[in-house]
Amino acid sequence: MKNAGQTVASRRKSTRLPESPASIASSTRRALYALALLAFASAAFHGLFSAVAYRWNWEGVWRYRQQFGYGWLTTMGLSLVAMVVSVVLGFLLMLGRRSPWELVRMGCGAVVELVRGSPLLVQLLIGHYIIANALRIDEPMVTGIILLGCFEGAYLAEIFRGAVESISASQLEAARAVGFDKVQTYRFVIIPQALRRALPGTTGQLVSLIKDSSLLSVIGIEELVQKVKIMNAATYKPLEGFLPLALAYLVVTLPLSHLARRLEGRFAYET
Amino acid sequence: MKLETQAVTKRYGAHAALDGASFATGDEARVIALLGPSGGGKSTLLRVLGCLLVPDEGSISIDSKVLPHDDDGALQARRENGFVFQGYNLFPHLTALQNITLPLREVHGMNATEAEQRALELLHRLGLENHEHKRPSQLSGGQQQRAAIARALAPKPRLLLLDEPTSALDPVVTGEVLDVIRELAEAGQSIILATHEISFARKVADWVVFLAAGKVQESSPAADFFTRPKTQLAQAYLEGLSKYR
Repeated sequence: MKNAGQTVASRRKSTRLPESPASIASSTRRALYALALLAFASAAFHGLFSAVAYRWNWEGVWRYRQQFGYGWLTTMGLSLVAMVVSVVLGFLLMLGRRSPWELVRMGCGAVVELVRGSPLLVQLLIGHYIIANALRIDEPMVTGIILLGCFEGAYLAEIFRGAVESISASQLEAARAVGFDKVQTYRFVIIPQALRRALPGTTGQLVSLIKDSSLLSVIGIEELVQKVKIMNAATYKPLEGFLPLALAYLVVTLPLSHLARRLEGRFAYET
Repeated sequence: MKLETQAVTKRYGAHAALDGASFATGDEARVIALLGPSGGGKSTLLRVLGCLLVPDEGSISIDSKVLPHDDDGALQARRENGFVFQGYNLFPHLTALQNITLPLREVHGMNATEAEQRALELLHRLGLENHEHKRPSQLSGGQQQRAAIARALAPKPRLLLLDEPTSALDPVVTGEVLDVIRELAEAGQSIILATHEISFARKVADWVVFLAAGKVQESSPAADFFTRPKTQLAQAYLEGLSKYR
């Protein structure tokens, strides 16, 4: 047991140095740099707005704070569900593109290329006004989530496929050699290794998904952008609407990126 | 064990790695060395014999039992074998211990405690105590190869297949790994070994299959092969290899 403890300790040491003087110095330096960058950005921002003599007026906007909050929750809620849809769909499309049956391969390939190759706006309009209408789905939120999930799922499929296909042939042979069948090979060898390689691309795509959800306003979903548009129409103060809008997205997307980097660190091992 | 192949062919595109390879060993061959120049078909033959590859044509039998050509049959057959490759091929995301216990649990139906016991027993036998919880990247080449041998031995395979297990190792470590293989051979393990280590093959093998250009040129008891090679190719090969050793 003593030995097990030793290896755990040495492993931790090799990945992260928790309290060494060097690491404290480097984190202090990073904090100072961050402050300096922030000060520079604020000064630039302030300078630009003074140059055009912009007169701020937050009063009108403040009255709409509840609507703003409601829009934010809608955006985050539908993005969350669409993320689940997109990851599941991306995984299935990836499997489909690796299928032994040519028809399935071609079908999934066509879906991925069509969805990735055309604007989301067009897909939303066709999906909402034609497909959902034909299928008598009278719930823009459901249609919107599915369409957004499909759009990002097609991108994720390619990210997943790249990660899976980067697993070397010798790993696949090792999996066969120890007697794994196809499902076991995916479960124990391919997915755990591909997960780490797919993580940076996947996070980027999920961040995009949150931002792309703003297009759902075109099919009448009152998410954040739609709320702000309504607000702007009443206050005639678009900047006071759009700036908080950008911040409301960043509040979620920045922590998401940060979380992903932490996860990457945890999955890190040399190959 | 008696190995027998008839006109085995395996193609990769236009290139035939095995081109009608036929041979038969004696009835009591136990440690079989596959020798021959690089690109001659040793690795492919080893994989075909271990059911890791299914040949395009031809048939193989071990003790008069014909090896299956369908995917499921080949999977079942290969689960009775253990493999060690040139490039270690451990799973990099698992520790040495997990590399061994995972197949024991998932393929061979052992419970977690049994699997861990078996894995620890082998890791200790192969001199890897204190390294059980390290990932492959934290092990040296020789340690990785010994862990790979432990993984191959763990399910008590009928047949252990080794594909140039020392070609990526330095001479000292090569000696250590060869010691391990020799002990296994002496303990009665059935082994098929593709190698360039001629003097090692001479010591442990009891049968030699010599391949070149995808064909079996010679198949004879080891003693005969090393003293009186029948073909010119084999003679030249042996001379070339012993030139500097």
